[in-house]
Amino acid sequence: MEPNKSIIEISKLNKSFGENHVLKDFSMRLDSGESLVILGKSGSGKSVLIKCIIKLLEPDSGKIMVLDQDISKLDQDEMDLLRKDIGFLFQSNALYDSMTIRENLEFPLRRHWTKEERESLAEDAVIEALEDVGLAHTVDMMPIELSGGMRKRIALARTLILKPKLILYDEPTTGLDPITSREISELMISIQDKYKASSVIISHDMNCIQMTSNRVIALIEGRNYMADTYENLMKSTDPKVSEFFR
Amino acid sequence: MKFIDTPFFKEVGDIARFTGRFFREIVKPRQEYEEFINQCFWIGYKSFPLVSITGFIMGIVLTIQSRPTLVEFGAASLLPSMVSVSLVREISPVITALICAGKIGSGIGAELGSMRVTEQIDAMEVSGTNPFKYLVVTRVMASTMMVPVLSTLAIAISLYGSYLGVNLKGSVSWSLFWYQAFDALSYGDFIPSITKTFFFGFAIGIVGCYKGYNSQKGTEGVGRSATTAVIVASLMVFILDLIAVQVTDLLGLT
Repeated sequence: MEPNKSIIEISKLNKSFGENHVLKDFSMRLDSGESLVILGKSGSGKSVLIKCIIKLLEPDSGKIMVLDQDISKLDQDEMDLLRKDIGFLFQSNALYDSMTIRENLEFPLRRHWTKEERESLAEDAVIEALEDVGLAHTVDMMPIELSGGMRKRIALARTLILKPKLILYDEPTTGLDPITSREISELMISIQDKYKASSVIISHDMNCIQMTSNRVIALIEGRNYMADTYENLMKSTDPKVSEFFR
Repeated sequence: MKFIDTPFFKEVGDIARFTGRFFREIVKPRQEYEEFINQCFWIGYKSFPLVSITGFIMGIVLTIQSRPTLVEFGAASLLPSMVSVSLVREISPVITALICAGKIGSGIGAELGSMRVTEQIDAMEVSGTNPFKYLVVTRVMASTMMVPVLSTLAIAISLYGSYLGVNLKGSVSWSLFWYQAFDALSYGDFIPSITKTFFFGFAIGIVGCYKGYNSQKGTEGVGRSATTAVIVASLMVFILDLIAVQVTDLLGLT
């Protein structure tokens, strides 16, 4: 991927729920290979933003370009094709609890691979994705049999199965103990190195942000309030920003 | 028109839109045959024991309870005919549909509701699979196809129960019972009876899916989805039965 090529470009994004104006003229850009963290308080609209990027939510106004495509102009089939290049790690993991780990990982392939490809290549792809997260032995287990940290890793493996160019992480370490959180953060870094994917990470876990980010956007009052490296934001004297680092 | 702006009419409008989307999605390409077969197994095969036991008991009980009245009028020999008409026309289809509303409607409502609140439906959408087509269309189609099958089996089993019921306090041979039972029946009894079960199955499937697919407010919402799915689906069965009887009457099939 070319350096400095724009992966996501958002301009003047607005999203409201009734009277609650969550995103107000929000703009940002994510470059190729970059790992961008969106930092904000609970209810500040971080998850709304990431869901607008993948078109799980429709913005009220504004423009979102993902991998050079204006997603507002894509129909369902075109959006599904674009989603092949986007991995999404849900906060709740969203593993299909009635399916085995193998079936969970194979599920995204059913739309994007032909039957012949699935029959000949799916097994290797599943094992490779599971090896990347260190859980190849769980392939025939059910999600309920795994710990919270393992489920998070499996969910991450599922986002990797189609080798995405962009990975969206929705609070990847929320609800995990500090040791597992650190392991997940390290895993995100190693995945970034292996797959050369760009990523947007929604988080308020400072350790995770420090480890994984190239750049951080402080999402305050629905706006891109300040964007800089973690170190520079930490030194900021702005009271709204410094609040996050206390 | 202020009365239209009430939660009840809003709900009716939402269900109508949801049903409209079902008919739009069903004709779009990429049919989910594998999931449809899977759902037929869960909805049809897995409901068969419950439906058959209920049908069997229904046949016996209806026969035993009808006997004294017929005996009083000296018409005990009409028992197989009367019971078979009741079972085929009304009781087996409606009781089967009510059992399915309880079992299938709540099952679908809880399953989809749980998938909604744990973001599994969003995960499907993100992976490029149309969750409406994969989850809703397959379940509604399976329910529409399987309820008539279950109802037909329930009719057969309840008639067998009736044969045993007749012989508890009387003596009617196997062949005489079936001769009398079928002699009282015509296509005009079977066709409306089976036809309406397709509508029952569709209503059970669509209500269960609608409630589950639009579930909100976490685990509390899942429980509410399952409960309301049963209530609304059961009510729909009775409303559709009322319409079916009127249509049958208008067509002169009674």
